[in-house]
Amino acid sequence: MKSQFSFLRFFKSQPQVIPGFGLSLGFTLFYLALIVLIPLAGIFIKSSSLSWEEIWMTVTHPRVLHSYKISFGLSLLASLINGFFGFVIAWVLVRYSFPGKRILDALIDLPFALPTAVAGITLCSLYAPSGWIGRYLELLGLKVSYTPLGILLALIFIGTPFVVRTVQPVLEDLDQEVEEAAISLGADRLQTFFRVLMPPLIPPLLTGIALAFARAVGEYGSVIFIAGNMPMKSEITPLMIVIQLEQYEYAKATAIAGVMLVVSFLILLCINLLQSWSSRYQRN
Amino acid sequence: MAGIVSRLKGHRASGSMALKEPKWVKRLLIGVTVSFLFIFLILPLAMVFISAFSEGISVYYASITESAALSAIRLTFFATMIAVPLNLIFGLAAAWSITKFEFPGKQILITLIDLPFAVSPVIGGLIYILIFGSQGWFGNSLRDHGIQIVFAAPGVVLGTIFVTVPFIARELIPLMQAQGKDQELAAITLGASGWQVFWRVTLPKIKWGLLYGVILCNGRAMGEFGAVSVLSGHIRGQTNTIPLHIEILYNEYHTTAAFAMASLLTFLALVTLGIKTYIESKAADEMNEEIS
Repeated sequence: MKSQFSFLRFFKSQPQVIPGFGLSLGFTLFYLALIVLIPLAGIFIKSSSLSWEEIWMTVTHPRVLHSYKISFGLSLLASLINGFFGFVIAWVLVRYSFPGKRILDALIDLPFALPTAVAGITLCSLYAPSGWIGRYLELLGLKVSYTPLGILLALIFIGTPFVVRTVQPVLEDLDQEVEEAAISLGADRLQTFFRVLMPPLIPPLLTGIALAFARAVGEYGSVIFIAGNMPMKSEITPLMIVIQLEQYEYAKATAIAGVMLVVSFLILLCINLLQSWSSRYQRN
Repeated sequence: MAGIVSRLKGHRASGSMALKEPKWVKRLLIGVTVSFLFIFLILPLAMVFISAFSEGISVYYASITESAALSAIRLTFFATMIAVPLNLIFGLAAAWSITKFEFPGKQILITLIDLPFAVSPVIGGLIYILIFGSQGWFGNSLRDHGIQIVFAAPGVVLGTIFVTVPFIARELIPLMQAQGKDQELAAITLGASGWQVFWRVTLPKIKWGLLYGVILCNGRAMGEFGAVSVLSGHIRGQTNTIPLHIEILYNEYHTTAAFAMASLLTFLALVTLGIKTYIESKAADEMNEEIS
């Protein structure tokens, strides 16, 4: 009784000095429910029109299983590669100066701003056997466009900004006095790097990798052109949804979408935990 | 910001050798950065414009002014003009409620706003087919009234709205959180009304962040592919947006025309990045003025 009372009081009689609480929160919840939450809930309701057995058959079909391997495996690999290069890029942009640095810094966000279809046709043309880069790789016997390697490249492209943009601000705020202290206590540059500089950079690095991974798993536009989309070879999971939709198998499409949604929720949860860890780290 | 930068510079000028990496390490790292960004960002960018103009300016002009291209441009603008204002109002409402008040479940709400980022755009399209499609919840009643949403322009608009929901809210929430609510409280105490506070106190403080959010939202709305592709039905001259038109041209081996259309969106992306850089330096300037 008492708890209910205080809960109600929280909403009703707490003196709100700034007006607009009801209006702004009400509109926010209404809009979010209408555009995002109710439609997404439809995924789970629609899948339940299939029996468990049918759902299981759909989401474990060999072609679909292989697409998980491609989507999740290559996304993980791409986000780890982004982790390494993103860290190096962030380091270089914060610590060194060289001609053209400002332009490069501004260009980092290009994969956010460039439409995915544009990225898709451009990467595909670049790495096709007749393309600017593809023709040289062909000499080395490397096929990129229309293979899983092409998918990996597209995923690295779209994941580039995440790690740079999470590590960069933390690196900028690091106090160089700590480094000086480490050195005056006899640490060499490598020790300083790994034991003084690295620890506070790990949470933002992991957050960036998780964000890149989340984006890569769901990516469609930039991958679909370069992938070649060969069954059991270079099909991604979002494509499996599209293929089911084109055959008007809405329930099956929805079942596969359900698997992807659960994974997305889990990644989102991880990112939130990482971010709260990250901000705790910075406060200490 | 400027304080930190100048302090770093001061250190570097007087710093001992142990504070720096050896010269070859520095050169190696800069080399890795420049080559990575050259291969992954600059080369594709150059490729778009060079391919677009590879058959001369008249072919370029013809590709972007043929009727299917113009109709794609029109539909893209139409969808964007609806999606961006709606998500602008949402972003302001969400940021106001989250940053000016305390309520239980706030963290969950922030996570939910981010959902469209975490969900594959293909799923963003699928959910509206489940609701408005012929087999969907409202499928029958819509058909009875002769309204078509899926595989028509309204579907394209819905898909565009879905994928761009978080953009403006995400720019505003951290900004308004950092600014706090002291100035708003002061204005209220001095007798200002809620709307007066919003227009005269809050809006001037957040204008740059707001503008950047709108530009990002606009860019994504015009360039969205996955969600729109599922919802559009690909009827040439009717339900194609610029990205879908690019896909058709490319798959039909009209490569130059495809890149000509792509160059329009790429130009938009470059403008977005330019404005972003300008706004960031502007915001930094204003912060410095406040400090000094």
